[in-house]
Amino acid sequence: MQWFNVVLQGVLIGGLYAMFAAGLSLIFGVMRLVNIAHGDLIVLAAYISLMVTQALGVDPLTSLLFVVPVMALIGYALQRGLLNRTLGDDLLPPLLVTFGLSIIIQNGLLELFTADSRRLQAGPIEIQTFQLTPSVWVGALPLIQFAVAVAVIAGLQALFYKTTLGRAFRATSDDQSVAQLMGLDTRHVFAMAMALSLAIVGIAGVFLAIRTNFDPAIGPARLIFGFEAVIIGGLGSMWGTLAGGIILGISQAIGAQIDPGLQLLAGHIVFLAILAVRPQGLFPKVSG
Amino acid sequence: MPDASLLKVKGIDAFYGDFQALFDVSLSVEVGQIVAVIGANGAGKSTLLKSIAGLTHPHCGEILFDGTRITDAPAFDVLNRGIALVPEGRRLFPSLSVEENLLIGGQSRRPGPWTLARVYELFPVLAERRRVPAPALSGGQQQMAAIGRALMSNPRLLLCDEISLGLAPIVVREIYSRLPHVVTEGLSLIIVEQDMMQALRAASHVYCLQEGRVALEGPTHALTREAISAAYFGV
Repeated sequence: MQWFNVVLQGVLIGGLYAMFAAGLSLIFGVMRLVNIAHGDLIVLAAYISLMVTQALGVDPLTSLLFVVPVMALIGYALQRGLLNRTLGDDLLPPLLVTFGLSIIIQNGLLELFTADSRRLQAGPIEIQTFQLTPSVWVGALPLIQFAVAVAVIAGLQALFYKTTLGRAFRATSDDQSVAQLMGLDTRHVFAMAMALSLAIVGIAGVFLAIRTNFDPAIGPARLIFGFEAVIIGGLGSMWGTLAGGIILGISQAIGAQIDPGLQLLAGHIVFLAILAVRPQGLFPKVSG
Repeated sequence: MPDASLLKVKGIDAFYGDFQALFDVSLSVEVGQIVAVIGANGAGKSTLLKSIAGLTHPHCGEILFDGTRITDAPAFDVLNRGIALVPEGRRLFPSLSVEENLLIGGQSRRPGPWTLARVYELFPVLAERRRVPAPALSGGQQQMAAIGRALMSNPRLLLCDEISLGLAPIVVREIYSRLPHVVTEGLSLIIVEQDMMQALRAASHVYCLQEGRVALEGPTHALTREAISAAYFGV
């Protein structure tokens, strides 16, 4: 029963990792951009939520109504104003620019908020639990977080295959110059993809900040978790990304159960093993 | 009445990378006209179409569409003004279904006669295969889908780059036999071909490019086959 509990907790945190990964996977898929600042943007979202909760006295989940649109706007502006200029045949310039962006965000947050650890207080919901079996209890927040993660992935999947914007994403991903010939302004399509990516980052950042302490320096580790979930799941598959996040979460939970020091290492080892055995990921892109 | 032309290309120089592909090329297309641009491989035909479509921009000269300067307009803007290109090699979007490929073309929401139903009427085989991914089509069907995709934007000028390339002659004849149906309601066409005879049969006016220059131009009925061959091969 104890192991069932461990795996269950791993699955639930896996949803959070999948949210870290979904935005990363989305923009890589659409414009082949590897966003090194992704983790720091998650932390930025956490701080924006912190400011909103303190200024307005609302709880963190309500702050999503503000954080998500603000992050989406930041994403659109960032892509239109900066990142579009770095895109081309060479993969290196966007990598370098987002790396620089990562350093700027970290140090900017450090200046504004100091290195103190912060936490978002979600109130009574934090300690609400459900009893699944006599010995297994599940927290309300992890359940909500997982449900939101599944909804985000399902929403992305539907957006990709059922909407005009999703069709434009896939067409641009296939062939940029023909997409332009068909009347798509790829600068706008890319900016919409980044806006969507950072909207998800906004959700992920708020849930991260309710769950654990955060400070300006924790972004890069979230980036790694996101990358690992994407690679495990296989590029281009949204449900694969969710599976990747869950596998990473379970690995970490099992590692931590064996020895608390093994938590992160266990995740990395499983990631490396999958990369070695199945470099295309477990569920690589399937069309339609 | 030179200003009544739908498209006017005036003395453009264009580069393909570092290589100058076009030298002082001029061309004009009237409303409802089919113009053929022929020439050997590397004569600059595709670069000419790309310059008109806004994928590359000429270094000098200008391009007027319906009297408006589009020399430096980006490709998506050119499409929205009413010029659509059927690119060489079809280049359908592989991860989209046939119907989604057509719908992408229709995303510009230009008003006009072309709808999914009209395209399916023109190429009935596409209607049967609308749900399959684009790469599952045969070469000829892909070419039909590429033409349909361009038509979906309701262009006033359609640019066709090597639509016979890599297709069986019977398929090429079938596609060309549909072109008269396409040139309804004032749609104009520029056909670029290496297959000279096919293009000459369809067009009323021909431009022959040779090493980036217009070597010969005129109404197809007024030019002898010998003159065209000489301009084509540069002998």
